Amino acid sequence: MTTECALQTNRDRDRLCLTFLGSWTIHTPLCAIPAIHPLFSPPVTTLCFNTDNLNEWDSRLLIELSRIIDLAESQAITVDNQGLPPGVRNLLQLTKQNKDKPSAAEKTTTPGFLADLGNHTLGFLRESQEMVIFTGEIILAYSRFFLGRARFLKEDFFYFLYDCGPQSLPIVTLISFLVGVILAFVGAVQLKMFGADIYIADLVGLGMTREMGAMMAAIILAGRTGAAFAAQLGTMQVNEEIDALKTMGISPMDFLVIPRMTALIMMMPLLALWADFIGILGGFFIGCLTLDISASLYYEQTIKAITLNHFSVGLIKAAVFGYLVAFCGCLKGIQCGRSASSVGKATTSAVVTAIVFIVMADAAFTFLFNIIGV
Amino acid sequence: MTSALPLIDVQDLTMAYGDFILQQNLTFSIAKGTIFAIMGESGCGKSTLLKHMIGLKRPAIGTIHYYGKDFWKSSPQEQIQLLQKAGILYQSGALWSSMTVGDNIALPLQQFTDLSPKIITELVALKLALVGLKGFADYFPSEISGGMRKRAGLARAMALDPDILFFDEPSAGLDPISSKSLDDLILQLRDSLGATIVMVTHELPSIFALADDSVFLDTETRTMLTTGNPKILAKESDITKVRQFLSRNALSPEKGLQH
Repeated sequence: MTTECALQTNRDRDRLCLTFLGSWTIHTPLCAIPAIHPLFSPPVTTLCFNTDNLNEWDSRLLIELSRIIDLAESQAITVDNQGLPPGVRNLLQLTKQNKDKPSAAEKTTTPGFLADLGNHTLGFLRESQEMVIFTGEIILAYSRFFLGRARFLKEDFFYFLYDCGPQSLPIVTLISFLVGVILAFVGAVQLKMFGADIYIADLVGLGMTREMGAMMAAIILAGRTGAAFAAQLGTMQVNEEIDALKTMGISPMDFLVIPRMTALIMMMPLLALWADFIGILGGFFIGCLTLDISASLYYEQTIKAITLNHFSVGLIKAAVFGYLVAFCGCLKGIQCGRSASSVGKATTSAVVTAIVFIVMADAAFTFLFNIIGV
Repeated sequence: MTSALPLIDVQDLTMAYGDFILQQNLTFSIAKGTIFAIMGESGCGKSTLLKHMIGLKRPAIGTIHYYGKDFWKSSPQEQIQLLQKAGILYQSGALWSSMTVGDNIALPLQQFTDLSPKIITELVALKLALVGLKGFADYFPSEISGGMRKRAGLARAMALDPDILFFDEPSAGLDPISSKSLDDLILQLRDSLGATIVMVTHELPSIFALADDSVFLDTETRTMLTTGNPKILAKESDITKVRQFLSRNALSPEKGLQH
């Protein structure tokens, strides 16, 4: 690979001969190649090659040659390739055959701004439509489920219960404890100014049970379980496993979606309840340790503040959030394309959509409960 | 290096998954410029043998030499250098789905050569033209058919103009015509590039059309039964199973005993 490459040209009246010397490989440094175009004037009729002193060659030589030959052919110059090594001649011949013609010439060019806007709007509409269709399919699947005609594996269902519940407990515990602590700190600064320290118990209690318990559990599960659902179903889509279920007469909705969704809807309120309790505990620590509220007083105040109403508000929300997380995870997984990168996109989209839906649903609930005065 | 020295030399190789021994006492060598077929029934460990040869799996016992150099005793750097002299076509192409076909072929060129982007683009176009996919550089793997993905995979395997090409089931999943044209392509490439080709296959037409040399792996005895040119083995092998495999005879014991 030490020999450098060189290209010599010699002209014999209307016959141009190119002599390739040295090594022409992709690993040898580039050599100066004279511009070929000027060599064709005054006009030549034949182009020939000499490769007697060519040491080694690979695709590097081929691209130079095909460029030169294309140029020559475009000027109706006869190409005499007898001087090329047989391997080179074969390969050049091979590049000429073109079995598959790309369907639409080349790929379409990038659309302009308006076309882009239109495409996105249409895409959004199509996506909304797909969500409505998926909701319909879920309703049908659950009607089969309640009639006892849905086919799925009980083991799957128990596995998902275990995965959504006990497996998620440590992270839910940690996050909700810290959220309780944060709520207490934020409240404490303000309430202290009014000498109303004791109401910190109300703030933490109400905040956790009505809002944060369900919300935090849902967001954690959206990242943990919703993403996992999308990735599992997406990979199954890539492997044609979902097609296999369909052709076997097993509805993927029954077999894949029902166990996941049911498990999540059942576990989410329990996790929210646990998050409520742990969050209040976090507030309790802060109240007792930094605000000097006596433990029994804090306890009394908390009991007084939280009524069953507040709990049920949180638990209803949690069940709905569970549905939303499972909905987004399963929908994006089943809609997934057929490649590894689309599994990634499906997972991201499942988490983002789930979190957006959770917050939107939460706002709607708050508004609704405000109107009916719960 | 003398021409007598085999390009790849496998000595007393044992392949195992944990305690489970898949194949043992495999000894064969592959000469430069040959098309070597790894044959055997499904599940006998053909693909695993390929994985051992391309450095994805470490042998339980035994050695694999490339150009007289022990692959598994070489430093990681040397291993990478050796592997760069090899191009590998995976069973279903294994194109990176997040990149276009062109980018798939360009990646090794960008990473391992000092060529300018313009030259790389030309090389990519050349490789695609060689495998009959001219103009498909901007397509994503998901937008082309399975046979085209395989040919694109072949173009990627040839990106660095390797000395050795490894094919895992090159014609599996292709219709007879596509599979024939892929075989022709492989043969032409070997003749033009002078590359050595190692392929895992159980497609008889491909074996007879391409292979100069082969090794036959057996599931029952967990070792190799024979080596040699499959065309000759089909007629002259004294091992019934090999003859049956190569003549596509059902494994009927009477028939086996007669010979």
